[in-house]
Amino acid sequence: MDNKRKYVIPGDVITTGPFRPEQNVILEGEKIISTTIGISEIYDDTVRVITLTGKYIPKIDDLVIGKVNSHTSLSWELDINSCYVGFLPAQDVFGRDFSAHADELSTKLKTGDLVAARIANFDRTRDPLVTISDRDLGAIDSGDLVKISPSKVPRLIGKRGSMIQMIEMATNAVVTIGQNGWVVVSCETSEGLLKAKKAIEMVDQKAHVANLTDQIKEMLEIKDDET
Amino acid sequence: MGGRDAKMVLLDENGVRCDGRKIDETRRIMIRAGGLKNADGSAYIEFGDNKILVGVFGPRDVHPKHMSNTDTGILRVRYHMEPFSVGDRKNPAPSRREIEISKVIKEALEPAVMLEKFPRTAVDVFIEVLQADGGTRCAALTAASVALADAGIPMRDMVAAVASGKVADTIILDVNNEEDQAGQADMPIGYMPSLDKITLLQLDGVLTPEEYKKCVDVGVKGCKVVYELQKKALKDKYFGSGGN
Repeated sequence: MDNKRKYVIPGDVITTGPFRPEQNVILEGEKIISTTIGISEIYDDTVRVITLTGKYIPKIDDLVIGKVNSHTSLSWELDINSCYVGFLPAQDVFGRDFSAHADELSTKLKTGDLVAARIANFDRTRDPLVTISDRDLGAIDSGDLVKISPSKVPRLIGKRGSMIQMIEMATNAVVTIGQNGWVVVSCETSEGLLKAKKAIEMVDQKAHVANLTDQIKEMLEIKDDET
Repeated sequence: MGGRDAKMVLLDENGVRCDGRKIDETRRIMIRAGGLKNADGSAYIEFGDNKILVGVFGPRDVHPKHMSNTDTGILRVRYHMEPFSVGDRKNPAPSRREIEISKVIKEALEPAVMLEKFPRTAVDVFIEVLQADGGTRCAALTAASVALADAGIPMRDMVAAVASGKVADTIILDVNNEEDQAGQADMPIGYMPSLDKITLLQLDGVLTPEEYKKCVDVGVKGCKVVYELQKKALKDKYFGSGGN
């Protein structure tokens, strides 16, 4: 499989022939062309490029971390690190008997608060609708926010969560990863917090390196010996 | 324009130009991707004595709102020359020429950028010419395309650009300032190498149909040289020197 992975930039021809174009590629006649900077992958009959740069584009069911920008009497506006703002309707928080007269939105979420939310609906005609009515969602009251590039989120999670599990195990931190590149780290000890933040920043900087898992492991373990 | 008399020897009998280049040789080109922390994507180019910095923002909200398009994103380009970029101080206010070049570069980038993926947003490209020496629009277009790729805006292809022209009745590649002032024709070409499509073609001067064809061919060849350097700049930034 390794020989099928290639570094590509926009306009690079990945392959020609009967393949199905998936993420970040276009079919131009016979040629399959990359539309972004990244690593191309050919799986069975599909071709895709894992991008290394770019903004977050909302997808339905994505978990994101949002920051409350402002609110009207009916909804909050969340900054979700995207070109679109996330809309969180007040019914979602107050329930169906929400009344714009009786309930004041700022009692639940204030400007600047961090929220773990899920994209409930999004299409090209309107701004993404987010929800916090689910388990593990809602206002985040503790932890540090780390901002990484949204394109590197899959790398931070790793194959079946291997990378993030390793970081969590080694530092005893709880890490909430938003698909939009915002990550909240909370930990009882300050060393663990610092170490986890450093590991996350390292993933962001070295996402393209092949043996990154080993490097992170090494970094975390070296620190363990010192302390 | 056309056949202005040249006092300077633009092309000697050995086929060497006023700055020592051969007729099909570009000036020294250096492109660097990235460099600006606050922009979403950026690039710096040195194209002979031209020095140009490009910053890209977006996709982001459109202000004023009425400019936004519900079907597609919009591209906005500002080409600006610094007051110190030329010999005499240039008034920093946008001139007729700068407004035109902004429009021309925008239209040369539009076929490459896939804005339909981001309806109701804008992508802003800011081009600052720090030092000018002929052929800034081509150098700016080349750098803008690298900066857009650096910003992660989906693109069908890169756009590489270089000017070809006619000096002393000979078709030459990469027209410099002297050749532009005293030469017979100047033809900036923007080209998408993988798709084999031309996105910018202007002509200032007079050419016969044969010369015109040759001029385009020479320009397209030059664009392929520039494209390799764009590729190298992006691969250096993203994959280190180990990129394949």
